[in-house]
Amino acid sequence: MIARLGCAFLLIGLAGCATTDRVILLPDDVSGKVGKINVVGRGGGEVLLDSAYGEARAGNGEVRAGTLEAEDVRQRFAKELAGLPARPASFLLYFENDSNQLTADSRALLPAILEEVRRRPAPEVVVIGHTDRVGTVEYNDKLSLERARATRELLIAAGFDGAHIEVAGRGEREPLIPTDDEVPEPRNRRVEISVR
Amino acid sequence: MMLKRWKSSFLASLLLAAGLAGNAWADPQPAGVFKRVEGSVTVQHEGNRVPAVVGMPVYASDHVITGADGSAGLTFEDASLLSVGPSSDLAVDRFTFDTTTYDGAFELSLAQGRLAVVSGKIAKHQQDAMKVRTPGSILGVRGTEFVVEVGGKS
Repeated sequence: MIARLGCAFLLIGLAGCATTDRVILLPDDVSGKVGKINVVGRGGGEVLLDSAYGEARAGNGEVRAGTLEAEDVRQRFAKELAGLPARPASFLLYFENDSNQLTADSRALLPAILEEVRRRPAPEVVVIGHTDRVGTVEYNDKLSLERARATRELLIAAGFDGAHIEVAGRGEREPLIPTDDEVPEPRNRRVEISVR
Repeated sequence: MMLKRWKSSFLASLLLAAGLAGNAWADPQPAGVFKRVEGSVTVQHEGNRVPAVVGMPVYASDHVITGADGSAGLTFEDASLLSVGPSSDLAVDRFTFDTTTYDGAFELSLAQGRLAVVSGKIAKHQQDAMKVRTPGSILGVRGTEFVVEVGGKS
């Protein structure tokens, strides 16, 4: 209240009042985890936000920290929060040994992926291929990319525009299940599909 | 259909810009894509202002400008999500992202209005690789969900 009056007086007195910039940290909508934001004022001052609904106000040469009520923030920023695009959806598909053929179980997941794609405006798909550690690194780089490309072809065959599908191969670098070299591990023969 | 129409007018303006500026225009890799457009939303790209439509890409150094009735939702290559409120001016100052290493930089400036953000892989991978500037402050974003308001009434 005092701050508001001060601002009003400044407005009359100096025909200008530095605006206050507000930053409010929210718990992640899905995981509930709270991140961190470091707010540095251009006129000096610094605040590290690291708790839910923590607020930093920068203006008049300082940064002030505070905590707001969840409900007030949700209400004030209702439009912006409701307007966030949907979180990316992830799918894992598995492959037969040394092959770019999907397992039968994974093939059965394709309709669910396509449904997710159709539900989104201007959908984009990222397919990242992986392998287990049987074979050389170079061979697995190629195989992982082949798996990603084969998956892309399946999505295109099902009617999705290939221009919006990115593919990448990570070879054996990112096993889901860590193993020694040359150990067959079906759970690492996979592609990760992200729909956004 | 909408996308096609936009594409042709955008291409035309790009060709025009290229013709005027010689051959040099920046990396054509999009930073983000409009997923939602409501009311008046325009993109300032290479000196041209183009009405935004769903599916339209956004590039580094573009501005997203919304009218009093406007708002927009965008996704970025690193899976960041942005929601721009009414009467806002948001600049994408910088966007680089390596899909293999997740190294990159994502810098935004909100000159006016409101923004809701869910940060993506760039902020997660490297501390302070994502920044948001406002007239009075600079945010070093380490994650994840937050809102920013500039020029609002307290």
